[in-house]
Amino acid sequence: MEIPRHWRLKQQRYSLVGEVCPHCDNKIFPPRDVCPNCGGEAKELYAFSGKGEVYSYTTIYEAPSGFDTSAPYTVALVKLEEGPMVTAQLTDLDNTPVEIGMPVEMVTRKMRNDGDERGIIVYGYKFRRRT
Amino acid sequence: MTDVIIAGIGQTEVGEHWDIGLRDLAFAAIQDAVKDSGGLKPQALFVGNMLAPNLSNQAHLGALIADYAGLTGIEAITVEAAGASGGAALRQGYLAVASGMVDVALVIGVEKMTDKIGPSVDAALSTASDSDFEAVQGMTPAAQAALLMKRYMHEYQVPSDGFAGFALTAHANGVNNPYAMFRKAIKLETYTKAEMVSDPLNMFDAAPNADGAAAVILTRRELLPKDFLHPLVKIAGSASAADTLALHDRKDMLYFEAAQMSAGKAMKQAGIILDQINFFEYHDMFNIYAALELESVGFAIRGQGWKLAADNQIGLKGRIPSATMGGLKARGFPGGATGVYQAVEAATQLRGQAGTNQIAGAKVGLIQSLGGPASTAVSHILQRLD
Repeated sequence: MEIPRHWRLKQQRYSLVGEVCPHCDNKIFPPRDVCPNCGGEAKELYAFSGKGEVYSYTTIYEAPSGFDTSAPYTVALVKLEEGPMVTAQLTDLDNTPVEIGMPVEMVTRKMRNDGDERGIIVYGYKFRRRT
Repeated sequence: MTDVIIAGIGQTEVGEHWDIGLRDLAFAAIQDAVKDSGGLKPQALFVGNMLAPNLSNQAHLGALIADYAGLTGIEAITVEAAGASGGAALRQGYLAVASGMVDVALVIGVEKMTDKIGPSVDAALSTASDSDFEAVQGMTPAAQAALLMKRYMHEYQVPSDGFAGFALTAHANGVNNPYAMFRKAIKLETYTKAEMVSDPLNMFDAAPNADGAAAVILTRRELLPKDFLHPLVKIAGSASAADTLALHDRKDMLYFEAAQMSAGKAMKQAGIILDQINFFEYHDMFNIYAALELESVGFAIRGQGWKLAADNQIGLKGRIPSATMGGLKARGFPGGATGVYQAVEAATQLRGQAGTNQIAGAKVGLIQSLGGPASTAVSHILQRLD
């Protein structure tokens, strides 16, 4: 079980909270406290809109343990409107084809079970088609 | 600076060794390498390994292997850099010997993939990515490669069988490598009909996980035994570079900057230009990685790496022969041992002992070991001295 690890990331997992650089206004996700654009200190929190588009995607048939009951599932690189890219599952696809450039939005979903029936259920961001 | 020579090489067959444990695999490769060196006595042991704490519940491989090989008393540590662990261990051995602090270093790469099976192995391999922001989404190394491959094919209009050349070349070369996991050539049809792993990446776009161990003995030229038997192969250049761990943090993910930087530094140290490199052992964990390495190192312009394979320019008689003993694809992917296998295979080529796969007159080889999608890239230039 990894309760502290998931707990301390709850702002990122539930609300897509990153940072904004006070020096160059670069938006940062995941937060890293140092701006990858200008190298300045960047600790100011910034909540992302959750809107973006698919940069690339694929389907996983053979999943790692913890995810094997979810397979097959689709994962994507999503380019957020504010700039950063995130790795996330796509959800609510209803068998409609995914395309590069498809507009998507963030939703909160169950990610995985952590271990046995006493383990925590990890929730976090996924993305669905935006119409 | 005095020349650092690869004085001894050893390797086990790559495969699913259900009946051989981690320590026995390592010992077999070490015995062969020590014997091949004419009995040099190692003073330091660098172990390249990626997953033993996870897959075999065994950490502390330095002491384990030193003990089991009858080498207690020597310095012994593990070097971990995911799939690049072997290349990183080789570099530590090189630095130790080149510095003069160690006279004879033993570098061993060992991986035991088959102590666990299926989803547990996938989960272990995923620990090499960003656990908090990639693996938590159910990502796997194969899916990472598929994301890159999909975008690459989209940007450069690559046909669906555009990467087949990498698999065909690797498997053709694996036929004549007695240590390779797969020794059977494949046809284009085998590639095009292969089962999908993660669309567009099929089974023949990915290397097989396997067990194996490879070892090299390094020493300085003046310390070689007087009756040393082999042509001299030196490490002429050595460099390593790190990039962002997560793919999504790259400014430009279709260019392996760490591959470019480490290869460039190693070539500069060796005083070698691209045209002087006779063969390239790339880290074809996935065919898309091979294409991106060819481009990042400079053998192809951006978007054209796949064409080198499609036009058979990576074959044994091509412009830049690659995966000359089967590469990861056909020799197999024994995790953190892989980079040491590359060194053993390149030394074999440069000694002129590669048999049917011998590159005529090979003087200079480039080997490159990747961790993840070139989050770590370790490059070495090996050169024959005459």
